[in-house]
Amino acid sequence: MKQSGNILFSGVGGQGILLASELTAHAQLAAGYDCKKSEVHGMAQRGGSVEAHLRYGQKVYSPLIEPGSADILVAFEILEAVRYLPYLHKDSAVVVNTQKILPPAVALGKAKYPENILDELKSRQINVVAIDAFAVAESVGELRTANVAMVGAMSNFLAVDPNVFIEVIDTTVKEQFREVNKKAFSAGRAAVYA
Amino acid sequence: MGFDKENKMWLSGNEAIALGAWEAGVRVASGYPGTPSTEVMGNLSRYEGVYTEWAPNEKVGLEVAIGASFAGARALATMKHVGLNVAADPLFTAAYTGVRGGLVVLNADDPQMHSSQNEQDNRNYAYAAKLPLMEPSDPAEAKEMMATAYRLSEELDTPVMMRITTRIAHVKGVVEKGTKLELPEPSLEKAPAKMVMLPGNARVRRVAVEKRMQAARELAETLPENRIEPGSGKRGFITSGVPYNYVKEAFPDAPVLKLGMVWPLPEQMIRDFAANLDELIVVEELDPFIETHLKAMGIACRGKDLIPNQGELNSFIVRKAIEPDSIGELFEPIELPMRPPNMCAGCPHRGLFFGLSKIKDVFISGDIGCYTLGFLPPLSAMDACVCMGASITMAHGLSKAMGKEGEGKVVAVLGDSTFMHSGITGLLNLVYNNSYATVIILDNRTTAMTGHQDNPASGHNIRGEAAPALNLEMLCQAVGVKRVTVVNPHDVEATRKVLKEEIAVAEPSVIISRAPCVLLPEEVKRKKPVYSTNLDNCTGCTQCVQMGCPAISWTPLTPEEAVARGYREKQKGVAQITEVQCNGCGQCASVCKFDAITRKEAK
Repeated sequence: MKQSGNILFSGVGGQGILLASELTAHAQLAAGYDCKKSEVHGMAQRGGSVEAHLRYGQKVYSPLIEPGSADILVAFEILEAVRYLPYLHKDSAVVVNTQKILPPAVALGKAKYPENILDELKSRQINVVAIDAFAVAESVGELRTANVAMVGAMSNFLAVDPNVFIEVIDTTVKEQFREVNKKAFSAGRAAVYA
Repeated sequence: MGFDKENKMWLSGNEAIALGAWEAGVRVASGYPGTPSTEVMGNLSRYEGVYTEWAPNEKVGLEVAIGASFAGARALATMKHVGLNVAADPLFTAAYTGVRGGLVVLNADDPQMHSSQNEQDNRNYAYAAKLPLMEPSDPAEAKEMMATAYRLSEELDTPVMMRITTRIAHVKGVVEKGTKLELPEPSLEKAPAKMVMLPGNARVRRVAVEKRMQAARELAETLPENRIEPGSGKRGFITSGVPYNYVKEAFPDAPVLKLGMVWPLPEQMIRDFAANLDELIVVEELDPFIETHLKAMGIACRGKDLIPNQGELNSFIVRKAIEPDSIGELFEPIELPMRPPNMCAGCPHRGLFFGLSKIKDVFISGDIGCYTLGFLPPLSAMDACVCMGASITMAHGLSKAMGKEGEGKVVAVLGDSTFMHSGITGLLNLVYNNSYATVIILDNRTTAMTGHQDNPASGHNIRGEAAPALNLEMLCQAVGVKRVTVVNPHDVEATRKVLKEEIAVAEPSVIISRAPCVLLPEEVKRKKPVYSTNLDNCTGCTQCVQMGCPAISWTPLTPEEAVARGYREKQKGVAQITEVQCNGCGQCASVCKFDAITRKEAK
């Protein structure tokens, strides 16, 4: 486990990527790291591809992850995992939600959603962990926790004690959603080795 | 271990700037929303003891701030880069008047055009208007620099520009809390020689401007925000803002001159730094601003011959530009279907653009907002877009160029907030100079694109308190438009009928397309019906698919598949609604002639 690193979050506007990256940042801060996180707001949020860059270490200058240097990619949608291939290196871990959201050209019948596209990552010896985050979220009784389930799955690849994440949920999530989010985190964490 | 919550906060650049403004004792702040600047004002409005407002445009906002400064209060104006074009008029003369209370112009540039129509480097404004300009490198510095900016503004008697970019505004980092400065109460004091800019006074102030810039130049030499970070080797860097971070990552051991004040430049400091180096490289985003001035000073350096002058930088780009051999192999991207942004499911604009897309040979002069997405297929209902408010004025110009030939063929489309920003004067001109273009105001009751800021027609102010709401119909009538029609864009057929009638008329005409943004909190909470597809009835006519709703998808069928599923052999496919994405607007149901879309009551 590295003492500094780069975590890239990708998905489609509205999937809860900002919250997932925020939770992860808080956990890294609580674990004693310096962090910087870059988000995109505005026009790109309207159903387009979205990304958040999180960098942690003793001292972080740049808020952006360099191509070829994302240690972990947390992708909330299959195409949005493969789209970020140039950011990955041979030792990257990709945690991907198996959900498919059709891009407009596919929804209009003008393009096809590529089949088995995750093989493109696997064939490059990248460690791909595919989880059905909606199934995990459903199992804890709240579909909207799929993003936190993804954070749970990703946490397996960090040196941070999982209890730090639980404490972060305790201090940052509204009381009525705390328990279900903690369950989603734990279930997501367990889903990787299930 | 652990995060020191007593003294530190995890804030975005915009949150940090709001905190910095509050700690610096800002009393009055005015701005117009614009990505990536918007959240500064939104956050500042949550602090006690500071008056904040959304102005209808950036010129108004800056003038409000100038007035507050003249009363001795510290004042802030916020805007995105193109907003400063609108506010340039007061900016250039406020440079002459100077200030009473400190005045900071917070300007957010958007390299890479994440959410903008152009990419401009507003450091050039500081040069042109003769103003000091500060540029932070991260949220922590942004907060600290607000204090410096206000101090300099009062010491030097000048507005100060604070230039940030998207990677400050929307970057989060660790910020240290400070304490709020207590300042004297404002007062009305007359100083006509300084505040009344008629030629006789302005000529005197013109001299003061040069004296002040000379003082700023001297001060820049010792300002702690300008600093040399020693390093090893004979290659050094001059940099500022976000690119400083990229230099530190790409060349961690190199000597760096980091400029916190980018205009005016500390000439002696730069000469001293350059004297010890064999090679000096300027790393900056967009224009060669620092580089050009260094070269004018006769200081040898490299810059834009290496570093791109377009788009935003990162540490990879900087390293590759300077040491291309140090770059390892990367995975090549794989070609995938693109995922551009789209109007939301249930967006009222869709119904209007669907209607427009069905009218042949009409030129649609567009504007800046969510509705610019009406340009994208399948609606493809926008033919021009330049800047805020230009839809109306360009439509007028188009109609004057075309004369009789263009009658019934020219339309302007803009949002409610954009109309109030800079559409009203264009409409006045259109009426005064007798145009026939039809103006469509998409009134979704908010400033949606930037995240639902209130505006003069929304009925609320920035704090959510009740405020007078502009009556758009009466305003248009007062300007002289005789034909003003209000439509509900969710009623697709009625909207199409009004569009046809009004566009055909050879006189000024306004259509107000009114329905609230589906993402407004009260709309999200409202119980809405859900529409579902009755696949047995779908004939594959694609009317609903042509609306481009993200909740509707098309499954192509081969003749064999069509027959196997009980359709006619020549049916090309079926349309289906993804119910979880449906926001219940019903536009698709109203264009379906085959009863294939049915309404289910509230979720």
